[in-house]
Amino acid sequence: MATKELPVVWVQGAGCSGCSVSVLNAVDPRIQNVLLDEVVPGQHVNLRFHPTVMAGQGDPVIEVLKGAPATLPKGYVLVVEGSIPTADGGVFCHVGEEGEKPIPFADHVETLAKSALAVIGLGDCGAFGGVPSCAPNPTGARGCIDFLPERGVDTPLLNIPGCPPNPDWFVKTVAAILWTGLPKPEDLDDLRRPRWCYGQLIHENCPRRAYFDAGIFARKPGDPGCLYERGCKGPMTYADCADRQWNNGTNWCIRAGAPCIGCAEPRFFDRFAPVYEKTTEERLEDFKLD
Amino acid sequence: MQTITIDPVTRIEGHLKIEAKVDGNEVKEARSTGTLFRGFEMILKGRDPRDAQRITQRICGVCPTGHSIASTLNLDAAFGIADKIPHNGRVIRNLILGCNFLQSHILHFYHLAALDYVDVTAAADYEGADPVLNSLKAFIDRGALGPFLPRYEGDYRLSKDLNRAAAAHYVQALDVRRQCHELGAVFGARMPMNQSVIPGGASETPTVDKIAQFLWKLEAIRRFIDDVYIPDVLAVAGAYGDYAEIGTGCRNYLAYGCFDIEDGVADPLKRKRALNAGRAGASGEMGPVDAGKISEDVKHSWFTDACASKPAEGDTVPDPHKAGAYSWLKSPRYEGEVYEVGPLARIYVNYLAGHPGVKPIVDGALGRLKAGPEALLSTLGRHAARALEAKFVADAMAAWVATLKPGEPICADYEIPEASTGAGLSEAPRGALGHWIRIEDRKIANYQCVVPTTWNGSPRDAQGRPGPIEQAIEGTKIRDAANPFEIVRIVRSFDPCLACAVHVVNGKGRPLAKYRIDV
Repeated sequence: MATKELPVVWVQGAGCSGCSVSVLNAVDPRIQNVLLDEVVPGQHVNLRFHPTVMAGQGDPVIEVLKGAPATLPKGYVLVVEGSIPTADGGVFCHVGEEGEKPIPFADHVETLAKSALAVIGLGDCGAFGGVPSCAPNPTGARGCIDFLPERGVDTPLLNIPGCPPNPDWFVKTVAAILWTGLPKPEDLDDLRRPRWCYGQLIHENCPRRAYFDAGIFARKPGDPGCLYERGCKGPMTYADCADRQWNNGTNWCIRAGAPCIGCAEPRFFDRFAPVYEKTTEERLEDFKLD
Repeated sequence: MQTITIDPVTRIEGHLKIEAKVDGNEVKEARSTGTLFRGFEMILKGRDPRDAQRITQRICGVCPTGHSIASTLNLDAAFGIADKIPHNGRVIRNLILGCNFLQSHILHFYHLAALDYVDVTAAADYEGADPVLNSLKAFIDRGALGPFLPRYEGDYRLSKDLNRAAAAHYVQALDVRRQCHELGAVFGARMPMNQSVIPGGASETPTVDKIAQFLWKLEAIRRFIDDVYIPDVLAVAGAYGDYAEIGTGCRNYLAYGCFDIEDGVADPLKRKRALNAGRAGASGEMGPVDAGKISEDVKHSWFTDACASKPAEGDTVPDPHKAGAYSWLKSPRYEGEVYEVGPLARIYVNYLAGHPGVKPIVDGALGRLKAGPEALLSTLGRHAARALEAKFVADAMAAWVATLKPGEPICADYEIPEASTGAGLSEAPRGALGHWIRIEDRKIANYQCVVPTTWNGSPRDAQGRPGPIEQAIEGTKIRDAANPFEIVRIVRSFDPCLACAVHVVNGKGRPLAKYRIDV
């Protein structure tokens, strides 16, 4: 039986490629299984465009981008890594040229998103605007959650935030799309994040939670105890790092004595600033568990 | 005169356009353009200084660790504790940085550069039991060959067997670079975007358990570097020998050095480092590095005109419609001269200085290639220097981890001063990296970065001198303008990282009067 191909077009805007680097760290499946093999039986991810790894360059790859809406209408998944600068006509980020005129990244995203089967807003930047959108947002950077409605694009959006996201959150969400189709509305939270990995607060599953409940707090780097007094945003951050940990179970932020910085939440560097000061009691009230 | 435009250049980090004017098949003029601006300095302004090392890591996801180190050294200086970092904190920082050097270099050779030299379709008619080659063969049979097609055609020179071996190593290297990040997470908490490098030292505690785990995860990576990575670089060098004389560039090399190996010295440029600071010219002339001699030119950059200014001074505001400008990169210069940074600069500077750890590794490789040191100053030389540096760093890390002392301090205390300045000079995988800060009212008043690819990918300065990548391309003969392998092989040998390179603008709080920002 012929393998079913899911074409994926992965574009990068005002980002840092950290999401791509993180996805390369996937285990079970590994990235080679995603790139080369039938990552779920009978189905292969056909990565048509990815600036960091693709063999081609220049005009031929711009033709690949143009070809997607033309030849695969509603038939490909668009992954947006990096935020989308919109100020001054999108001049702050351009990819390729039309004649001799640079093409703003924003225009690529709008065109590709309109004809996509679904859009994945990858990383805090792709989903919510990320670091470039933090105050004062000099380039008018947007995440997909704002950009798509602003441009009148109603293609289904799925957000996989994190700075960067854990590779599993992306790879296994793609596997789920292959296996059972696009997520149903009840599978996503109000920020369009899949509940299966963003459904609980770090704080709900944190191994240091007993210290928090007993009021024993770390004061200095290396101290045992809850990291709340050292700025931990675990009580306000929806992600499953406490269970999954990072880098194939090697370690993770809190286990290494580093407070959670809330990197799966929108504009966390603004909303949870400063990183290393404790969150106010008032803010904590919003996240109190019953 | 024909113009070859390559936009986007892929298999780099970030957004780069190259334009080459070719006359009679020789490149007469090359222009390197960074096509993304984010404005980190504006974003950092007014924040708690400690947020800087987490935020500046997001300048780049391939080399965030370099930024966390430079930023932390910067804060150490501003907080007055640069000479108080405890031994454990210093060593843990080196280990985390080292892991990212290894990840970055392996990623670069195999997953960014190799497709310019290796034909992965050689696996198409493979008959045998190797599971990786069979996986590649099945992939090719299915016929959906993205991302490996489209590509340039007409100059893949390896034999079928070598192509197959290299393609299999491309896949194996995906595992090894992942393992480099797992190694980095042992002390770094997670990779990329480590959480453990902090002002004063580190946050992860060394234990015998972690030391043993680190040593044995490292061992597999060292075997790969010695038995697969370096031999593959030498095999490519053998088949593409003309590239030992293509892409030489400006012939000036600059390194701040990295991996502090002594405690208690406040000035990074005066510390003993595993790879020392220095400057070198092509004929072996050498000189020290004085950070005061670095300046940045904006003549051809999309920022309002200012005189060439030193980091942490000057006054620039984005101006994307400025006449004559063609890049978001500024033009860093040392004493007004063009300098290349990166593994080649670090290795060459230390080789010329007779570094007892570097010289034998380099001489060994040159011996196997039957070449002299001048062969290093080329496209192939950059790939070789990167691989040899990976070996040097990996082997050194096995010694460093054994010096950790469980139970001893990991981090120095500090108070954030009311007002202060600082500078952090180190190396990211791609080259010399500097961060500068001015603190007022205990907040960031000004933050500046001069990053490796800004040096390498810079546009022409006010004197009309092209940057290192531009110089390396100019004078090259292009065999086939429809498949300009020469240009992309030269560019990629620099391992460009454009997210880093675009300037972190040095503003003084002047509002962006030209733009309406809808926040």
